[in-house]
Amino acid sequence: MKIVVTVKLVPDPNAEKRIDPTTKRLVRTGVETVLNPYDEYALEAGLQLKERAGGDSRVTVFSMGSAALKETLRRALAMGADDALVLSDTALEGSDVWASAYAMAKALSTLEFDLLIVGGLTDDSSTGAVPGALAEHLGLPCITNARKIDVGDGKLEVERETDVGYQIVRGSLPVLITTALTFGEPRYASLKGIMGAKKKTIGTIGVSDLSLDLPVGTSGSKTELRSFAPPPARGKGRTVEAADGVAGATSIFEFLREKKFV
Amino acid sequence: MLKAKAAAPDATDFLDVASLLSDEERLVRDTVNAYVRERVLPNVAGWFEAGTLPRDLGHELGRLGLLGMHLHGFGCAGASAVAYGLACMELEAGDSGVRSFASVQGSLAMYAIHRWGDEGQKVAWLPAMATGELIGCFGLTEPYFGSNPGGMRTRARRAGAGWILDGTKMWITNGSIADVAIVWAATDEGIRGFIVPRETRGFAASDIHRKLSLRASITSELVLTDCRLPAEALLPLADGLSAPLACLNEARYGIVWGAMGAARTCYETALEYSKTRVQFDRAIGGYQLTQEKLVNMLLELDKGTLLALHLGRAKDAGRLHPAQVSFGKLNNVREALAIAREARTVLGANGVTLEYPIIRHMNNLESVLTYEGTSEMHALVVGKEITGLSAFT
Repeated sequence: MKIVVTVKLVPDPNAEKRIDPTTKRLVRTGVETVLNPYDEYALEAGLQLKERAGGDSRVTVFSMGSAALKETLRRALAMGADDALVLSDTALEGSDVWASAYAMAKALSTLEFDLLIVGGLTDDSSTGAVPGALAEHLGLPCITNARKIDVGDGKLEVERETDVGYQIVRGSLPVLITTALTFGEPRYASLKGIMGAKKKTIGTIGVSDLSLDLPVGTSGSKTELRSFAPPPARGKGRTVEAADGVAGATSIFEFLREKKFV
Repeated sequence: MLKAKAAAPDATDFLDVASLLSDEERLVRDTVNAYVRERVLPNVAGWFEAGTLPRDLGHELGRLGLLGMHLHGFGCAGASAVAYGLACMELEAGDSGVRSFASVQGSLAMYAIHRWGDEGQKVAWLPAMATGELIGCFGLTEPYFGSNPGGMRTRARRAGAGWILDGTKMWITNGSIADVAIVWAATDEGIRGFIVPRETRGFAASDIHRKLSLRASITSELVLTDCRLPAEALLPLADGLSAPLACLNEARYGIVWGAMGAARTCYETALEYSKTRVQFDRAIGGYQLTQEKLVNMLLELDKGTLLALHLGRAKDAGRLHPAQVSFGKLNNVREALAIAREARTVLGANGVTLEYPIIRHMNNLESVLTYEGTSEMHALVVGKEITGLSAFT
């Protein structure tokens, strides 16, 4: 079974982030780059399916972004992916959901796969729209929010997480699946995996390697970011001053009850 | 000419020691760091208080490939000495007991089989020990022979083709949970090492209770009474006291790094506390006395980390002398203990509770100062090296 997992390289979710007012893009310098946490679940799903299928099953990691950051993908290889491919080109800068998904789909169509597994969301842009757009561009069925995936004899059964429970969905391959955070904790890379990862390949392709019919980047985008604003600063809050612990606890309890937290 | 502006130093890695690491070394560090943060830190104060270490920890460390990670073949990762050191540092940033578990398994029990065993012994034991399926311990110290193991009373005498062992070993990490013990015993031909499976008749292990240090670690006494072993239990290549001492040297090297992990946690805890704890209407981190404490801790932390890395590079290049490991262990554990004590004073009364990691590390480091060669013995090893005069033999 051939599995491709898309992984975005994002700024450390715990780091303080800044948007450049001129380019309206996230400032990525001076912040550590990590694998998009949602994509780690997609990778875990891919690795589990590969292990279960056995044989010559492979997991390829695909990423669109800066070639300078591609070594960050080494962690995905250390976790167990077999190789990685990065689509990197300055022409892609400023791509919106539509243009990103178009370029990614063109690159992905050069790879053979049975399953394309995608994280449900990216930590930096949070649109959640790329998986659907990718499926559309690739002409693939799309099953979102999977918490369990079973593949046998070319048949596919997926448990989809919903707000009220879960659904069982059947389908066929090839397919695009997005993973839910209930899929299972992503594994730690093992020491052997880390040491083996340096021998694995991280390939790079550019826009000229794809047969694009339409423009990408800012000019190929159908949406435009007009303005942005940081979230409003949090108010000062209320300080409870009380004569003793009991009175203090009582007023805090009253506050929580008023807000219906208790 | 444009001058590049130097980045502001990190509050912990002030000297940017991380810039001296390869991408792979950083990945090892970050992986173990994430494991400790997610799996050890939320629980370790509870383990310490209860005086236990969950058995499953061995499996988890095995899955990560940390057990015997610096050994080659037989299911071991074959990592560099620096990568092994970084793993020890991250484990001990969690707790010295967790690092001790990995040290005893990898550097003492597995290393002894790997270095002094034959092919059959390696195949029989090492792969299952690397995964954590089997736990090993290392019996050298005795109730009356700590710094002077050469005086050991445990005896092995030949009985037909095999051996009979009698004696007592003390302060044995993982003793009662071990599936196999590496036991050192005096014979007519000198000190020899034996692989003793726990089910061997005449072998018994009981835990040492009432410790106030390394509580998240099992410490036991091993009693061998008329313990009969087949000929193939003998480690064929171990000849004399230098064999177990070579194992200890491996473990000590890990401690050079590990101690700085414990120190780092204490320093970072004190630094964060000092920025939020208000006295006389100001954060105490703004007072000169507190700043001096924090800076003194940082100086020794970063110097000790550089020392560990320097020794690691020398070890990887095959030119690390055992006396240089003594230098590192003596310095780094002594300084880690001083950092822990200083950090404790920054936290005031809060520093003595298990709500914060400092008192736990401080108490642990009292054991680390003594085990794997006491600070006194390491001073005398270095002293002997520089004067050419031995103060202890």
